[in-house]
Amino acid sequence: MTGAEILEALGATALVIANDEPLEEHYSAAFAGDLMSDALMMIQQSPEKTVLITGLANPQSLNTAEMLDMNLIILVRGKWIDEDILKLAVSKRLNIFKTKYTMFETCGILYSKGLGAIHVSDPA
Amino acid sequence: MSVILHKEFEVIKDDYIGAGRASSEIKSILGSVGIPPKIMRNVAVASYEAEINMVIHATGGIITLDVTDDGVIKLVFHDNGPGIPDIKKALTPGFSTANEKARSLGFGAGMGLPNIRRVTDEFDIQSSEDGTIINLTFYVNE
Repeated sequence: MTGAEILEALGATALVIANDEPLEEHYSAAFAGDLMSDALMMIQQSPEKTVLITGLANPQSLNTAEMLDMNLIILVRGKWIDEDILKLAVSKRLNIFKTKYTMFETCGILYSKGLGAIHVSDPA
Repeated sequence: MSVILHKEFEVIKDDYIGAGRASSEIKSILGSVGIPPKIMRNVAVASYEAEINMVIHATGGIITLDVTDDGVIKLVFHDNGPGIPDIKKALTPGFSTANEKARSLGFGAGMGLPNIRRVTDEFDIQSSEDGTIINLTFYVNE
């Protein structure tokens, strides 16, 4: 899915567009969770094509995406996000979308539209 | 073999907002000297997990980064205690002693040390009441 298709499917808002053309970028997979160590362990292949879906609206979800070379975070449940976090996202060149849907709904919608799961040969 | 890059970073206890800043800088520095993305990512993941551990569990400490001209990246995490009572247990995936604050920030899943070990070429951990020292080595040319 492209970033634009993700935005439309989720009725989402693009809170931060900080790097090159995320709306035209094609994403192949997503990982959802609020435990950043899980994300750090599971997202090993093509992270730049993987979307992080989380309810964690704090610097640590941004740091996690940065360490993994991801560029798109989808914040679920319509959470309020601090202005400083948005500035931090800009400085880290991360794109942030926000949707009103819960994590479960977000995953279901994107999966049904063709966004896949990540594949890990040795998760633990 | 000679050191072409040496830098130290201070990590502050309970600095949950600033946690990750050192690892972000380390990643940026390695990128600027041309370390391949996959290796840079492994270093960043290990560094970030170890830095978070220092913030959550230790009373602060120092991260030291050294890069040598033969393609070896070394990271040392030296904290000021209180130490890990049972290292074997701490290396078990899922085992955690993290507090609620750490968990609310997305950490404390008990995957930190296993994650660090997974992405490093050499991993060594020593711990006593005076502190914990984690030595990590990454080989760029392997």
